[in-house]
Amino acid sequence: MRDDPRAPLLPTSPGFWRSPLRGPRFTAVLGLVLLVGVTVLFGTGLLSYAACNPGLSPVNDKTPDKGVLGFYLFAWPTDPHWLYRLTQGVHVTLGITLIPVLLAKLWSVVPRLFTLPPARSLAHALERLSLLLLVGGGLFQFVTGVLNVQLDYVFPGSFYPLHFYGAWVFFAAFVAHAALKTPTALRNLRRLREEPGDLVSPRPAEPTVSRRGALWFVGGASLLLFATTVGQSLGGALRRTALLAPHGGADPGSGPNGFQINKTATHAGIDRAETGADAWRLVVTGRTGTVRLSRAQLAGLPQYSAALPIACVEGWSTPDQWWRGVRLRDLAALVGHDDPPDLFVESLQRHGAFRKAALRANQVADPRSLLALYVNGEELSPDHGHPARIIVPAAPGVLNTKWVARLTFGDL
Amino acid sequence: MRPPRIPLGSPFRLLLLACSFALAAYAGVRLLAGDWFGVALWIVGAALLHDLVLLPLYAAADRAVVRGLDAVGRRDLTLYVRVPAALSGLLLLVWFPLIAGLVEQRYRSATGLPADVFLGRWLLITAVLFGGSALLAALRLPRLRRAANRRPPAVH
Repeated sequence: MRDDPRAPLLPTSPGFWRSPLRGPRFTAVLGLVLLVGVTVLFGTGLLSYAACNPGLSPVNDKTPDKGVLGFYLFAWPTDPHWLYRLTQGVHVTLGITLIPVLLAKLWSVVPRLFTLPPARSLAHALERLSLLLLVGGGLFQFVTGVLNVQLDYVFPGSFYPLHFYGAWVFFAAFVAHAALKTPTALRNLRRLREEPGDLVSPRPAEPTVSRRGALWFVGGASLLLFATTVGQSLGGALRRTALLAPHGGADPGSGPNGFQINKTATHAGIDRAETGADAWRLVVTGRTGTVRLSRAQLAGLPQYSAALPIACVEGWSTPDQWWRGVRLRDLAALVGHDDPPDLFVESLQRHGAFRKAALRANQVADPRSLLALYVNGEELSPDHGHPARIIVPAAPGVLNTKWVARLTFGDL
Repeated sequence: MRPPRIPLGSPFRLLLLACSFALAAYAGVRLLAGDWFGVALWIVGAALLHDLVLLPLYAAADRAVVRGLDAVGRRDLTLYVRVPAALSGLLLLVWFPLIAGLVEQRYRSATGLPADVFLGRWLLITAVLFGGSALLAALRLPRLRRAANRRPPAVH
């Protein structure tokens, strides 16, 4: 088809948009995929927020002014021990996988951005304003998430409040949009023939690919992102398939301490002089007073083992590692708490948002929760928290404090 | 003559949107509590950058590929160029900070992993995508063309 010399040039003219792919059915398919996908993202995001136990103590709470947005918070369980590995792996991997669907969906409806008249009614005007929150808020969530897992902290503020409050702004617009559009989308899919709509180009260009082909392409793009990312959450030999994900490829080392590291000892500002056998003492405080223990004394206490993963808020995780050390409940009993209470943990770490962290009584009471001294049969390496680190089943990595200096048992 | 009345629209839609805006505002004041200008700029800027820069750019690039191949009489190659180019571009878009080495120092220091591998991996994936596409084209196009030659030419 030749280009019409009288072609309208402004994007506000329906004839400006010439792709024969656009149409209500194409948009409906992408929209329904996002309806399910974004709902799962929001749900797993809320779970990740709850997993940090922000209601427990101010040190865990990066969003102290959350108000009713924390209405659903609950004591994060320790069973199953891979719980956070699963929920956060799904959150990050699904988010990355949905990017092509999001881009295709936005492409499919872009003519509507330029629709004239700008508003046919008050409700229509408000709906278009709400779309700014939907599109801007949605892109904000995806962009901040993708940047954060790559450690590129260029966004305007701390990630936790931005991504949490941003999620609520986006979700408010998303729910309204879904309620208004899902019935139409389902109707469009059930119809055998496409009904003409404002998305169908009035003068379509000659097709270079079928609609079905375009949907296959979007699915293929999602599959490519999925395949080059998911390995960082599965670990083992599959980690090498995550070619572009931040914790894909080979492990940082070999041997018992060779598994993935969130923050190295050097990065956390750990001074070797403070962690040596002569200098380091664990200070344990509780109901009956304070006890100071050297690493040799800790190693002399009854030792227990637990096979637990490291699961990071960034979505990557390791398979179960074999940790060995002193049970947190035994340390609680040592300072007079036979019934394990909450625990306040402090690290030698100089900086980092979670150098102090609180654990809830149910986490302290779990017999698999350890102050670990060994991993996979060897002493902890400096990068994995030597002389001693916390390891708790199902807890996010940030709560598994490394280079522990002080444990304070009791109500927070 | 009476001034034209502004139509309200569906009351259900109005109520739903009011509810949505109220919740968005409740979270929004908290979102904007810090660097409000920066955050607002990011949200509005993300929508504008996507709709007015990224989308026109990739649409124009796609049109250039289609027209360019059309001009040299190789329209049948369009998909074989478009698909690997789009996939490679998508990977670059998502993993740009790692591929471009924007966070090299922090990444290496934090994770203990080498930071200079991502550009090479992306280039290799791109090579595989284009190579696979070329192989497919070499295998499929001659057969399609032979089949087309056996049919009487279509009337335009």
